Amino acid sequence: MKKRPSLVAWLFIVLGTSYFLLPLIATFLFSLRAKKDTLGFTAYQRVFADSSFYATFRFSALMALLTIIASMLLLVPTVYWAYLRHPRLHRLIELVSLMPFVIPPIVLVFGLIKSYSRPPVILVQSRGLLIAGYMVLTLPYMYRAIDAGLRATNVKTLTEAAQSLGAGWPRIIWQVIVPNIRGALVNGAFLTFATVLGELTLAQYLAWPAFGPYLARISQNKAYEPAALTIISFALTWVIFGIVLLVNSKDQQQTQFGGTH
Amino acid sequence: MAEQASERGRGAQSPHLGLRRINWSWLGTVPFFLFACAFLLLPSASLVIGSFQDNQGNFTLQNITDLSQPSIVNAYLLSMKVSGVTALLGTLVGGLLAWAMVLGRLPRFVRAFLIPFSGVASNFAGVPLAFAFIATLGRVGFVTVLLKDLGFNLYDKGFNLYSFWGLSATYLYFQIPLVVLILTPAFEALRPQWREAAESLGASGGYYWRSVALPILTPALLSTVVLLFGNAFGAYATAYALTGGSLNIVPIMIGAQIQGDILHNPNLGYALAFGMMLIMTFVLVLYSWLQRRSARWLQ
Repeated sequence: MKKRPSLVAWLFIVLGTSYFLLPLIATFLFSLRAKKDTLGFTAYQRVFADSSFYATFRFSALMALLTIIASMLLLVPTVYWAYLRHPRLHRLIELVSLMPFVIPPIVLVFGLIKSYSRPPVILVQSRGLLIAGYMVLTLPYMYRAIDAGLRATNVKTLTEAAQSLGAGWPRIIWQVIVPNIRGALVNGAFLTFATVLGELTLAQYLAWPAFGPYLARISQNKAYEPAALTIISFALTWVIFGIVLLVNSKDQQQTQFGGTH
Repeated sequence: MAEQASERGRGAQSPHLGLRRINWSWLGTVPFFLFACAFLLLPSASLVIGSFQDNQGNFTLQNITDLSQPSIVNAYLLSMKVSGVTALLGTLVGGLLAWAMVLGRLPRFVRAFLIPFSGVASNFAGVPLAFAFIATLGRVGFVTVLLKDLGFNLYDKGFNLYSFWGLSATYLYFQIPLVVLILTPAFEALRPQWREAAESLGASGGYYWRSVALPILTPALLSTVVLLFGNAFGAYATAYALTGGSLNIVPIMIGAQIQGDILHNPNLGYALAFGMMLIMTFVLVLYSWLQRRSARWLQ
């Protein structure tokens, strides 16, 4: 009796799976109907022929990359340093990294606009502010990834070994610490990429021609293209998480998930 | 803890060196805290301060009391209703799925598919998610048309995708998979020995679940509900893309306030955001308290 698969369990899985697959199937079928009375990929062709699709995608991908680089430059040395020298600061950094949970994107962008749209510091027209906002938005995920990576590494021993061989701080971080937490960094990077790529709230209110606002505009004005774009987005998310899972199965690390909705 | 102790030990041996090192080590974290002050603390603090100021910048509590006007109270109530309903339903459905997957003795491919799929689906939100639901349950959506052909008109029966239940059904699409990811380890942590011990003492399956498994799982289940509540409460993009701003939840109201001062009082807008931050803080504190409790048993 113990070995028999439970019928109730099957029922739950089948019902759950159909709730998840139905919208995807519906969207896919819808995306094929752009031409009257025939099924075909016309909607996809139109999307790929649209120059603002590429322009906005490129913009968001670039912002995502810059966010990842800036986040890592800021967080890796900080968290490493806290691990090495300041266990108490470590708590404080952890607390700060949880703060974005308290400030949803719409509140964050509201605060950023209020703080930086009038003298003394005007930043609302700078890409820097958008990137800073994205860094805040993805801080919990990036911090947790780096923290998990460092926890699994013997930071103290590695540092002392490198120091006794005469390595300086930049070299220790770049050539000893970073290679040891590579899996964690890839994890954080892709999660950040997935979050920033389709992000709507910050991009919209800071008025940037990003992919999220483009998706929103198209879905208000067109019928079949947004269906095609939805399928493309879903496939992209799969690709990104496929890479994360692949990297993690190699590094035997726990995958974390999260994002903004 | 061990690190702390050895750090102190070394400091005691050479107080001079220790003092100098502490000065330096502060510097290492300065960029991070500067960043946090500029883009996390300052924006949120300026909203909090703004909610206690009038248009001339004088201190007032008027904005806070003005939050009690019906349109704002209704927005908070609707937000809480959507978050509460999707948190409870999401935990229930996601919990059943996680249970089926972990303890249902199903073939391995179920899990191999469901876990990565949950990872993707919990991140599939915003405009694409909204559109997927429009294509499914909108007025000419796949399921709507299918049901109509079978003689059942959803929209005549009072369903509307662009209303409370429609938004909730859409939010559940990222809420349920999140639960699957969170609760799978919790179900895995239920040791078979506990069940065997209960059974050898004569407990039935139902008795084991009521008296052993559920009490152990309760903190994890509650913390999941709380996390989901926060997850839905702060969501803006999905709601905006689905309803175009017609459904009056708090994030949508804040968005409209940023765009065009719909409240005719910027400071009341700040108070609106402040209220949201308060609720999210409460959610986070409750969540971490429950997390600590559930960590006691589920390791």
